[in-house]
Amino acid sequence: MDISNSLFPFGWQHYLLGGLLIGSGAALLFVLTGRIGGMSTVFSSTWSYVVQRPFFQQARFVDSRGWRLVYAAGLVLGALVWWMGFAGGVREATAVPVWQLLVGGFFVGYGARLGNGCTSGHGICGLGSLQLPSLMAVLTFMATAFLSANVAARWLA
Amino acid sequence: MKALTQNSTHLALPRALATLAAGALFGFGLSFSTMIRPEVVLSFLRFNDFGLMLVMGGAVLVVLLTYKLAPRLLAKPLWDDHFHTHPSVWNRDTAIGAALFGVGWGLCGVCPGPAIAGLGAGNWELLWALAGIALGALVQGLSKK
Repeated sequence: MDISNSLFPFGWQHYLLGGLLIGSGAALLFVLTGRIGGMSTVFSSTWSYVVQRPFFQQARFVDSRGWRLVYAAGLVLGALVWWMGFAGGVREATAVPVWQLLVGGFFVGYGARLGNGCTSGHGICGLGSLQLPSLMAVLTFMATAFLSANVAARWLA
Repeated sequence: MKALTQNSTHLALPRALATLAAGALFGFGLSFSTMIRPEVVLSFLRFNDFGLMLVMGGAVLVVLLTYKLAPRLLAKPLWDDHFHTHPSVWNRDTAIGAALFGVGWGLCGVCPGPAIAGLGAGNWELLWALAGIALGALVQGLSKK
């Protein structure tokens, strides 16, 4: 009980249940449409609507851009249901400074696309299909994220 | 081929609704597990709260079972003609990309899913992260030949 409190100061049930629900979303997508639903590709595929360069006009982006946007809209919808139905309509907010969101976000977007996956693509779908390259990607980004988060906490606090 | 095309058109609506529902379940889970709060993610990365391990573990478990079992139990997905795969590769780009992704994730506590889902829970500040991610993806594409 003490260990549980120190590992999970805010409880653990909502984490596990939430994780099972996230997995169920990706699983439902697979069973109904056969698709592998990572999240970061939408940030490249959506640019294909406006950027004509050959990189963005690849079939893998153009052919999937429609459903990826619908999937992203679903994400917003699911969060809205949670907000209205389970969180009492109190809006979420973050105190992380704007520049950190913007600069951190830039690296997240650049890195996820260069590395072909993020926490959902390599993490959930890649590990879920037992792919060694995805495991190595996860270990890599976990390591640099631990470093970056702790360095930032020390130097920027 | 023609029959397949007709079939695809016929199934466009159910497929879109299924994709929306799957995304909604995903987004609800991200919210319910508080992964849409950058503070909670950063708290994990600073070893104060190990909840993210349970989120990741729970999600991987369900996906692992589904990816394994569905193709054995079903000849094809309900609304498509085959199950897709997405092989990942380990090369220089994957290594550098994953490393940079981690640096950014540790700085802001936001990854692509929560950046999108958070908007549905009124976390407008995450628009900054969303803009950063979109810009990063654009620059990555533009810098490729």
